[in-house]
Amino acid sequence: MSSPTTAATTPASLNHPNPTDAGAIDKALAEALAAVAGAPDLETLKSTRLAHAGDKSPLALANRAIADLAKADKATAGKMIGKARAAVTAAIASREAELTADREARILAEETVDVTLPYDRHTGGARHPISTVMARIEDVFLSMGWEVAQGPELETEWFNFDALNFPKDHPAREMQDSFYVATAPGSPTESGLVLRTHTSPVQIRAMLERRPPLYVVCPGRVYRTDELDATHTPVFHQVEGLAVDRQLSMAHLKGTLDHFARAMFGPESATRLRPSYFPFTEPSAEMDVYFPGRKGGPGWVEWGGCGMVDPNVLQACGLDPAEWSGFAFGMGIERTLQFRNEIPDMRDLVEGDVRFTAAFGSEV
Amino acid sequence: MRLPLAWLAGVLQLPAGTSPEQVSDALLRIGFEVEELHTVPATTGDLVVGQVLSIEELTGPKKSIRFCSVDVGSGHGPDGSDDPRGIICGATNFVAGDKVVVALPGAVLPGGFSIASRATYGRISDGMICSDRELGIGNDHDGILVVDPDATVGSDARLLIGADDTVIEMSITPDRGYALSIRGLARELAAAFDLPFADPAERELPHRAEGGWPVTIADPVGCGRFVTVRVTGIDPTASSPYWLRRRLSAAGIRSISLAVDVTNYVMVHLGQPLHAFDAARLTGRITVRRASAGETLKTLDGSERALAIDDLVVADESGAISLAGVMGGESTEISSATTDVVIEAAYWDPPAIARTARRHRLPSEASRRFERAVDPAIAAAAAELAAQLLVRYAGGRIVGRSDVAGDPLAPATITLPLAEPQRLTGRPFEREVILRRLEQVGCVVTDPVLDPATDAAGQPGTDGARSLSVTAPTWRPDLSRPADLVEEVARMEGYDSIAAVLPLAPVGTGLTAGQRRERSISADLAAAGLTEVLSFPFIGTADLDVLGLDPDDSRRRPVALVNPLDADRPLMRTTLLPGLLDTVLRNISRGTRDLMVYEIGPVFLPRSNAPVPPPVGISDRPEDADIAVLNAALPLQPRHLAIVLAGSVDRPGWWGDGRPATWADAIEFARRVGSVAGTDVRVVAAEQAPWHPGRCASIRVGDWPVGFAGELAPAVVERLGLPPRTAAVELNLESLPERRPSVAPVISPYPPVHVDVAVVVDASTPAVEVFQALRDGGGELLESVRLFDIYTGDQVLAGHKSLAFSMVVRAPDRTLTAADATAVRDRAVAVAAQRVGASLR
Repeated sequence: MSSPTTAATTPASLNHPNPTDAGAIDKALAEALAAVAGAPDLETLKSTRLAHAGDKSPLALANRAIADLAKADKATAGKMIGKARAAVTAAIASREAELTADREARILAEETVDVTLPYDRHTGGARHPISTVMARIEDVFLSMGWEVAQGPELETEWFNFDALNFPKDHPAREMQDSFYVATAPGSPTESGLVLRTHTSPVQIRAMLERRPPLYVVCPGRVYRTDELDATHTPVFHQVEGLAVDRQLSMAHLKGTLDHFARAMFGPESATRLRPSYFPFTEPSAEMDVYFPGRKGGPGWVEWGGCGMVDPNVLQACGLDPAEWSGFAFGMGIERTLQFRNEIPDMRDLVEGDVRFTAAFGSEV
Repeated sequence: MRLPLAWLAGVLQLPAGTSPEQVSDALLRIGFEVEELHTVPATTGDLVVGQVLSIEELTGPKKSIRFCSVDVGSGHGPDGSDDPRGIICGATNFVAGDKVVVALPGAVLPGGFSIASRATYGRISDGMICSDRELGIGNDHDGILVVDPDATVGSDARLLIGADDTVIEMSITPDRGYALSIRGLARELAAAFDLPFADPAERELPHRAEGGWPVTIADPVGCGRFVTVRVTGIDPTASSPYWLRRRLSAAGIRSISLAVDVTNYVMVHLGQPLHAFDAARLTGRITVRRASAGETLKTLDGSERALAIDDLVVADESGAISLAGVMGGESTEISSATTDVVIEAAYWDPPAIARTARRHRLPSEASRRFERAVDPAIAAAAAELAAQLLVRYAGGRIVGRSDVAGDPLAPATITLPLAEPQRLTGRPFEREVILRRLEQVGCVVTDPVLDPATDAAGQPGTDGARSLSVTAPTWRPDLSRPADLVEEVARMEGYDSIAAVLPLAPVGTGLTAGQRRERSISADLAAAGLTEVLSFPFIGTADLDVLGLDPDDSRRRPVALVNPLDADRPLMRTTLLPGLLDTVLRNISRGTRDLMVYEIGPVFLPRSNAPVPPPVGISDRPEDADIAVLNAALPLQPRHLAIVLAGSVDRPGWWGDGRPATWADAIEFARRVGSVAGTDVRVVAAEQAPWHPGRCASIRVGDWPVGFAGELAPAVVERLGLPPRTAAVELNLESLPERRPSVAPVISPYPPVHVDVAVVVDASTPAVEVFQALRDGGGELLESVRLFDIYTGDQVLAGHKSLAFSMVVRAPDRTLTAADATAVRDRAVAVAAQRVGASLR
């Protein structure tokens, strides 16, 4: 029994199934499910939803027609139509999820790029390996409680030579071919200034500035009049260490050097001393380091010089050699890098070719 | 120093079977840097002494050729006979009767040169008469090797020519002048091998009549001893015996003439350089003195030298005849006619010789020894040895000897506490070891004379004595303090006997604030894509000219070097830019186009009225006032940072366009450095070479100038050939204030209100002033202001620009409304209107 009013005013009502006609309801349901399953995309599914689950869909209209049924039929019809409508809603939700997933997958596929494209928009920067290795050395000594000290590169001869027990006119001054600073025009005397030939004047400054115990490491740039070639450069870097305390001996020097060597070249490394001569140390020694990673096989490499601080040097700094003793050592940074990092030509370290420096990055 | 082991063997008998490598290792262990072991390349087969019996001159196609009949000893003749062999030879420096070295057929000389009988020049040559070079023992190829008449014909020539000798070449440290002799090295090796040593200089001096030559020492400090021995009646044509030439050659010294060879031999043997005068050319008494003003001397090398009044000379009544200890004079030189010789053996003051050798650029074998101090005790023995050798090989007789003393440095006597070696080395030494080692190096060790009043130690001569009295030998002026003696004991016992003990330093506080700052800045710039450069700090005037600096620019007053390596760059940098730009150009020339580089390092700025450093002693700590003057004599050496940006900061690629570096990047890096250092720097328009006058910023902290940043002037860019628009920064890092601990900002959890505002100002108004006015006017609620657009054109009045800012307005304690934000904006604009005439657009 249909409502004439509804039938007359709603075109859809004309063909909505009879709410009591199970066959008609099933048919409407089947049509709806087929339409949902057949919806190829989300847009079609949207209109399918309107057609089969919307207010004017056959099942919705049939549902609305329940109101006109006899009381006895209402429950049965309601239950049947409700079940059908729920099935449609569920089918739509499921199909929607399917289609959404499909669409996302398609979009992701479309957005795929070639991740192997090289991206070198920004060039990498780097500290110079000399700076990096000096910082590394500083850190080794800082961890032992030492201080890092610096001083002027242009020095008075007193700090660079006299106080370090280089007598005037002694051949030792010529061991270190110095750049001398010109005097001001018109002045008759020598300037008394040099480009420091080693970082040892920093040790003198440290001893003059404060009393022992004194444990300082002095990295820095130094100058000697060597022409630039594969193994020499007139401008290079050194690191020197100085310890002054009561009862320091060569055994402490050796212990410090062994520790330093292990920090730089690995736990198997060690140092050995050979007697030598420096004006500012007595006894003096050349130092070799055992380098397990040496090119051509593990072995000993000349690394630097060292010794016990000469009594004349202690005296020049106002320290009684009978009360205080000290040791000092020094090595070239360029040389260290050359054998440690297999740099065949010194010029690579001084020319500033960014390709060379970039290869070292932030660690050496 | 070259040490021929065969020569050494004449002074020190090493244990049988000691190899050259063992000698070399021993030398290394006691402190001699061995550089090379030279061995004579092997000759196989028969190498014998032969005697030339007769010479037949042949006429060769190009040069004269000799066919020689040579007695090569019994059994060495053709087919094992005693007959002489016929040998073709091209050399002419020998006569019949001379003894020579013959390689017999079957012998193979160094270089794989096989000797065989062969037909040549119409004869059979049945062996070869050898030269030094063919035997690999020298470079002398002027003729064949003629050995001494007393060599045994038919004997193996290998021993005679030293074919089994090894020469150890080593460098000698400047404190060990005595080691520049066979005598000195033999003593060292005797100690190293714990062998007894007989000093070759300890010879009994024959008594001689006074009569070397009359000598006056007028400068007893400069000349500690002057010995003369006179030899007359020598045969001027006598030549050096083969053994002497051979030894000198092994020691690296060329044979010149008998007299010269003998003096050189004694110098190497004993360490005492000698000089020989032609007595016939001496005029009256010899005086040893300093040169007088204006005095000149023609030295052996033929050059006329102007002497300094500090130069020590040997003079006779004709004037200076020798530059003492450095080089003899031409006027009294030994010649091929000399029959009467005066041999000089002197002790010269080392610093005086060092100064003279340096002043006249005359380093010689003699000056090298004198400036390291020779042994004053052996002068007479050395002169005697030379005179005797001369007489042995050239005849004549020794007339007499004179020995005049000046004031040579007396050897030190040192009190060595027995505990001192252990105090300095960390390992114990027994008294006997200390004693033995010191005596081995030549010290005289006695028990000290104890003063019972002050020293309660045990009795002299017992083990209870706490110290030794040590007198250094005359050849060791370097031994003057206990530490010097400790080194002797320790090196002879071996440094490898010292254990390793890590000392405990007091706890530290890490890097200083300045050190941390420099590391942070460098790390930050590297992380930002810049590459660090460490350039040489040498510049030339041209480097400053190219930057377009004004004539009165302070950077044009650099420190100059006396002896620069590069004559074009004799000055120390006053700015980092020349070195950095040079590096940029080198990189560009090598094909790198995009460059962002930086350097951190000192520049050198002379102080006006800097004092000349005063003479300061080293016997004690200098007075603080002296240290202050020393420091005031130094130029200022502030550490600068410079950056150069050339080419692209952003490369073009498949992602799109690149972006060239600009003035703005340079200024941005300057701000960034300030920020790492904990300072907000101010940017003020400025004009400063070498920057573009319209694109240069003065970087300031407050009103304090720290440096400059911006684009380089187009003319500078063009002159240097840099990429267009190259930008640069230079900052004085030491002008940046010390960092204070950062104060944490208040972070509001409330939502921000974003307001944009565009204001119109006169086109010449610096953006920073508008920004600052808005910033100040907005008050506390104005969290940030950011300029996001600049507009000039039809929409604003001519000569004006529109600046668009986005503002973030936020309160720490509540959510603000749009009205609150508008009020902030209006207050900000009002201040901008008042300060810079800004109007809302």
